Amino acid sequence: MTYNFDFAAVLAYWPLLLEGIWTTLRLTLFCTVFGILLGGACAVVRTGGPTWARWIVSLYVEFIRNTPLLVQCYFLIFGIASMGIRLPILVGATIALTVNIGAYTTEIVRAGIESIHRGQLEAATCLGLSRTQTYLHVIIRPALERVYPALSSQYVLLMLASSIVSSVGVEELFGISNRIQSETYRNFEIFVVLGGIYLGLAILVRGGFALLGLAMFPRRRKLGTPL
Amino acid sequence: MSPIVELKDVRKSFGELEVLKGVTFEVNRGEVAAIIGQSGSGKSTALRCMDRLETIQGGSMLICGHELHDDDIDLKSLRRDVGIVFQSYNLFPHLTVAENIMLAPRMVKGMKQRQAREIADTVIAKVGLREKMDCYPEQLSGGQQQRVAIARSLAMEPKLMLFDEVTSALDPQLTGEVLRVMEQLAADGMTMILVTHEMAFARKVADRVIYMRDGKVHEMGSSDILRMPATPELAAFVAESAEH
Amino acid sequence: MNSAYILSLLQGLWATVVLSLLTFLFGGIAGFIVALARISRNWAISRGAAAYIEIMQGLPLLVLMGLCFYGPSILGYDSLSPLTAATFALTLYSSAYLGEIWRGCIQAVAKPQWEAAECLGLTRWQRMRAVILPQALRIAIPPTVGFLVQIVKNTSIASLVVGYAELSYNAKIINNATFEPFLYFGIAALMYFAICYPLSVQSRALERKLNVANR
Repeated sequence: MTYNFDFAAVLAYWPLLLEGIWTTLRLTLFCTVFGILLGGACAVVRTGGPTWARWIVSLYVEFIRNTPLLVQCYFLIFGIASMGIRLPILVGATIALTVNIGAYTTEIVRAGIESIHRGQLEAATCLGLSRTQTYLHVIIRPALERVYPALSSQYVLLMLASSIVSSVGVEELFGISNRIQSETYRNFEIFVVLGGIYLGLAILVRGGFALLGLAMFPRRRKLGTPL
Repeated sequence: MSPIVELKDVRKSFGELEVLKGVTFEVNRGEVAAIIGQSGSGKSTALRCMDRLETIQGGSMLICGHELHDDDIDLKSLRRDVGIVFQSYNLFPHLTVAENIMLAPRMVKGMKQRQAREIADTVIAKVGLREKMDCYPEQLSGGQQQRVAIARSLAMEPKLMLFDEVTSALDPQLTGEVLRVMEQLAADGMTMILVTHEMAFARKVADRVIYMRDGKVHEMGSSDILRMPATPELAAFVAESAEH
Repeated sequence: MNSAYILSLLQGLWATVVLSLLTFLFGGIAGFIVALARISRNWAISRGAAAYIEIMQGLPLLVLMGLCFYGPSILGYDSLSPLTAATFALTLYSSAYLGEIWRGCIQAVAKPQWEAAECLGLTRWQRMRAVILPQALRIAIPPTVGFLVQIVKNTSIASLVVGYAELSYNAKIINNATFEPFLYFGIAALMYFAICYPLSVQSRALERKLNVANR
């Protein structure tokens, strides 16, 4: 039995694919920004907050990290809808993915914060820096620089995992290809094309993070050594 | 002349362990005081108390007009007046030399970039590292890092400088360059208190030598006490140090 | 809350466990081969393994599921059952991650030990088996247990393209009938948590123990 591959039929839908790519990238961008804010804040609370707040953050982190993203999406998006709140599906998906990536970010940033030597804090204190100034300039910045590689990998994984929100009806790259599937029946070809696109996107996102890293961390740009 | 540093019967414990058992001494403006003693004698703790990195539990401590035993002490103002340099340099690794020096003047004193840069230029010249302004700490030798740490403290224009075994982590050949900077600082009239193992340096530069033993000041006087110790313990300590 | 629904969730849980175990078994075998290929002295083999890892880590699991589900029938084989397709995809996926984890472990012990073993006149494979692997195994256990958590969570993806009826699939079916998402997805989440959390805790405890032992 021979099979005639027909990639042309799939590639003919390139405007649709582009639309999907655009949505995936937007989704990734929003979740990256919100995820780092959420995770950074939680990491600060986790390392320096009052005991009860640390507990809440731990609970959040453990719960998210030990349940599948798919179930979290179902729980949040269908759950919010069941309360009668109507959210645009892209907003719901952004919330679900942010809640998810925020927990992983918390753990990574926390490890970075804990790696900052106590002497650094003493030096900042003795120079008269306030608690907030110390956190911002002497703890968070070098902590982020130190865990940046781990953070970038995690966010590449987020981009790939964002395909899961297609299951709740988001027409990002994976979701939109369902439409092509139902019109062409070229199932295998579609997955091959999707695979190629996602591989390209992974390289793109990784490259984006590398460039951003160079812009944010001048020491890294100049010396190229890990902090 | 009124003393700028005044310790009276200072006590401090870590849990069960009493580290300072009633320490009393004074240091006048413009003086260099060297605190010496075996490790575990409480000398570093005494120094750390002076910048309130540790709180004291008994007695009184007056530093540049700040009552350190007071609970509602103005810490920000204390730390403007007092600079401290640590054994492990504690430079900020993600910042250049210039940024390390300018951070506190900008953050704490609210200086503009230009003004802070001028101060940085002045203090870096004092430690002789003008050409290293744009380097990162990891590009410098230990001795150079320690000199930058001194410059970073000087940028806040402190009235008192504390040095906590600043050459202990350095190779002998790098120790000299740091000591020379400190000597110049002393000659410029800076009030300095140093915890040190460098007997020769203490003998040469210190106006006052404080020998601590078992949480107390055991013997104190001009640097002459290193030549002619009054107590057998200091005599033994000096002899022991000379061997190393 | 209906007991039939709970039963259905428990059946789903069982299917999740089955798929997880199959994945760990096959993914472990394949991952071991990937790790060995990655450290091979043959340039082509080690580059090939690196490319394989790169590709597997650059694809969403969903796409991999689709390729494994639709691929074989195109090549003339009968179409795979959902369980087979899911196991196939998860095996490929896990082998890349496990291979990379284990490569790290092998190389961590290999560098200092390699020369010592070479002096004893052992062949490369003898050295590997007698000296390197037993030690690598010790440091590989904590991250491997940690990766089990990823496997269990990733099995949920099998409910989508290939339609394997595991825990999240059954929960979705129940929700379609009851419209009580918080309740049933909450229970499903707790069931996942009940499997994953002990593994996470165990992984961390093992790692701590190892760190203490190495100090």
